[in-house]
Amino acid sequence: MTKNIRVLINGVVKDNPVFVLLLGMCPALATTSSGINGMSMGLATMFVLICSNIVISTLKNLIPDLVRIPAFIVVIATFVTIVEMVMNAYLPALADSLGIFIPLIVVNCIVLGRAEAFAAKNNVLSSLFDGIGIGLGFTLALTALGLTREFIGTGKMFSVSFFPEDFGMTLFVLAPGAFIALGYLVAIFNKIQRE
Amino acid sequence: MEYIGIIIVAIFVNNVVLAQFLGICPFLGVSKKVDTAIGMGAAVTFVLTIATIVTFLLQKGLLEPFGIQYLQTITFILVIASLVQMVEIVIKKVSPPLYQALGVFLPLITTNCVILGVAILVIQKDFTLLSSVVYAVATAAGYALALIIFSTIREQLALTKVPKAMQGVPIALITAGILAMAFMGFSGIDQVF
Repeated sequence: MTKNIRVLINGVVKDNPVFVLLLGMCPALATTSSGINGMSMGLATMFVLICSNIVISTLKNLIPDLVRIPAFIVVIATFVTIVEMVMNAYLPALADSLGIFIPLIVVNCIVLGRAEAFAAKNNVLSSLFDGIGIGLGFTLALTALGLTREFIGTGKMFSVSFFPEDFGMTLFVLAPGAFIALGYLVAIFNKIQRE
Repeated sequence: MEYIGIIIVAIFVNNVVLAQFLGICPFLGVSKKVDTAIGMGAAVTFVLTIATIVTFLLQKGLLEPFGIQYLQTITFILVIASLVQMVEIVIKKVSPPLYQALGVFLPLITTNCVILGVAILVIQKDFTLLSSVVYAVATAAGYALALIIFSTIREQLALTKVPKAMQGVPIALITAGILAMAFMGFSGIDQVF
């Protein structure tokens, strides 16, 4: 059990997918114009990650080694399609603002990377914890980035106003702000980790 | 005229990397040298054009007549993955010099979200086959342009003294942010068309 907890914490801090491994940068930059958007994207990815980790670690002995990657991709794409359809049905506004990045979870290197590096080698339970850990790390990173951009850009956090919107730097809600905010957050994370 | 509009918008206004955030991983990964940036740009152009045509035909000829559009994501990603493999094999046989130039980048392209992204976007935008191809080529040109500009800046950046915590990716991201700001100057140009 302690091993599983360690796997979970590793995913959040030491192997944080965005700040340390620098994977999944496209959704991290594109969907974090506000805290809530970042968090939803993180949760959607987490769901796919956990489900695909469980299924792949269950099937790992049945999948022939040669067609490993295509098989993983089909499993991942199935769960992505589920997320896509559920979101379109119940959260159309959110599905609209995340747009094309929902189907693009398929090519998110984090999901395929964890399937290949972890789920294909470990048992179901630790794969589940790995999925939760990495997914949580991704969600936290996206939420942090989304909140930073929302706060500097519009003076709000999760739509709660802290200072008038007129004083915000709109640039941070737009494309350039995504790069700049993520750059500084990675630098801060580097600094903290080193000490 | 319509096609010129698509081209200008796809390259400058809605640049695929700097405004739409597609293909960031290779953008950061292979932009340390100008040579590799050019190679990657060429490989993306090549694969993106072929992939867009194939996925467009599949969507119109197979998925829509049978009413199974919900299989779009699965179909497209599998087709793209096998297409990249096939392109690699064909180029290796037909044109060894081209393979020498693009070979290393081809396997990387499957997980490049530009390919799947554009394939889905042209369907969402309801383009015809011809405008899809124009859009794909222009997007790839925008990708190559951003990659090459960025790599020239990064070659300079490698010689600059940067605070320790900022070295590597953080400073590259901030540079990309400033580059994106420069590209924002093009917004509004599409009103002309």
